[in-house]
Amino acid sequence: MIGARGIVVRAGGRLLLDDVSLELRPGEVLAVVGPNGAGKSTLLRVLAGDLRPAGGEVAMEGRALHAWQPRDVARRRAVVPQHAALAFPMAAAEVVALGRLPWHATPAMRQDGAAVTRALDAVGLAQFAGRPYATLSGGERQRVGVARALAQLDGAAPPAALLLDEPTASLDAGQRAGLLRLLRRLAGDGLAVLAVLHDLNEAAFVVDRVAMLAGGRLVAIGPARQVLRPALLEEVYGVPFRALAEGGLLPVFDVEARRGAATSR
Amino acid sequence: MSATLAARAASPFAALLVAAMLAGAVLGPARVTPSGLMAVLADLLGLAPLPAEYARDAAILGVVRAPRVLMAALVGAGLGAAGAAMQGLFRNPLADPGLIGVSAGAALATVAAIVLGGSVFGAAAGALGLWALPVAAFAGGLGATFLMARLGTVAGVASVATLLLAGVAVNALAGALTGLLIFMADDRQVRDITFWTLGSLAGSRWAHLPVVVALVGLPTLALCLLARPLNALLLGEAEASHLGVRVEAVKRGALALAAVAVAAGVAFTGLIGFVGLVVPHLIRLGFGSDHRIVLPGSALLGGALLVLADLLARGLAAPAELPVGVVTALVGAPFFLWLLRRRGAA
Repeated sequence: MIGARGIVVRAGGRLLLDDVSLELRPGEVLAVVGPNGAGKSTLLRVLAGDLRPAGGEVAMEGRALHAWQPRDVARRRAVVPQHAALAFPMAAAEVVALGRLPWHATPAMRQDGAAVTRALDAVGLAQFAGRPYATLSGGERQRVGVARALAQLDGAAPPAALLLDEPTASLDAGQRAGLLRLLRRLAGDGLAVLAVLHDLNEAAFVVDRVAMLAGGRLVAIGPARQVLRPALLEEVYGVPFRALAEGGLLPVFDVEARRGAATSR
Repeated sequence: MSATLAARAASPFAALLVAAMLAGAVLGPARVTPSGLMAVLADLLGLAPLPAEYARDAAILGVVRAPRVLMAALVGAGLGAAGAAMQGLFRNPLADPGLIGVSAGAALATVAAIVLGGSVFGAAAGALGLWALPVAAFAGGLGATFLMARLGTVAGVASVATLLLAGVAVNALAGALTGLLIFMADDRQVRDITFWTLGSLAGSRWAHLPVVVALVGLPTLALCLLARPLNALLLGEAEASHLGVRVEAVKRGALALAAVAVAAGVAFTGLIGFVGLVVPHLIRLGFGSDHRIVLPGSALLGGALLVLADLLARGLAAPAELPVGVVTALVGAPFFLWLLRRRGAA
């Protein structure tokens, strides 16, 4: 669906991304993980077309992203930013309805109202439709952002893609589970989903494949159980990890092991 | 659905504009009776020939009032729509058309034409006659905005923050040069300059109106067509581009249309403050932030308010006329302060 080949991004003489290649496939959830400063958000901006890389190319359905009409891209691919602040007050449903812009003056426009309702339902904010966006909590705003992206992709001809930047950052445990389930379900319906995630356990649980970035390089990509190995995690994050669950999944940062190592010295 | 919604929101303002224009035509130091207005309108529409006793009313309406009221409606509409578009573009509730340098540039060029008119621009002014000042003001306003847009664009991207700072610099430079020219001016010229910066609709002529329709009316309509991309920009530039909006093209288009509409209006009326700032907020308070309503609503309400402000300007100190910019600022400034206080409290 969306492929990156040999992406290089430089800023101020520093390499933010160094020869990163990956392919986002329809029907999968691909998590991008890595320490702060690894280049996760930069990679998302490149894939979204916000940032033209100094080297390499992003392609959608085999065609260079910048060769597409902006409106045609918007009908196949939605992006959920980490934060969105409104310049002027609007109701939650109005913000979600902005996602219908790419469908203006097409037959799909008749679905605008229904698409907004479906999207708000999907993120569990149906009763918040009329609430002013400014009065919503951080988690509610994040879910409005997801709903806006769902409204944008409502009625899109497959394959379509959804890119999310730390969509669970402001959510509580229950809301996280709800959102991750929603992403799984969307992938099950054929959507290509890429999410930058901070929490490795979320990545382990929910995700088909994990891409791990460190220092701007893609150090591993593959099924969660191959990438989220304690040895590799320790190398990347610089602290010991231990796999708690059966089969080597559910990695946790091992506080005790660190303290043990320090006292034994 | 949305079209009917916009129409429903706009219709009270359209009605207000029509009422304000009728009042502006009838009221004033020389009274025209409503029956006189009816008779003149009936004659215009070919419904009934004009009775002889209304000849004086027809003369007042036709020669003085009608061009003045139409000019006020058009210029006010341009200021309102341009203000709404600039607030949306800059994502800043305190933005107004003056921010993009158009007023300061027009003022500089007008003052230059008044002060240096006889000497430097003598030949050109002679050829243009009564059009010399409007042409100078229009060119100066567009030139200042063009300069701001060039200075605010780095590597093909017009960043809003850089544009704002470039606008501040262009405004300061134009202000300083204007001050220098005023320093060189004689007393009569200083008086002319002062009245120009306070705005007036007294100079409205039928001959101006085709130009104002083309350079204020059409850009105002075109700004209304940018409602959807400006809505997307409320979320931010990256978010708007994710929705398929060509952000740089929208920014350039909105800046150019607002600059043309304001520069052409200012060219015939002088500076009129606060309409562009305040009117969009009045619409948002009542109808929300959707530009499909804010843009046409600001145009209609801006037109209506400028017609009413001109009515006050003519009536308050009759038979003398107050500058209309004084009236809009007298009403607009307290509202602006209230808005600031309200924002501070929220």
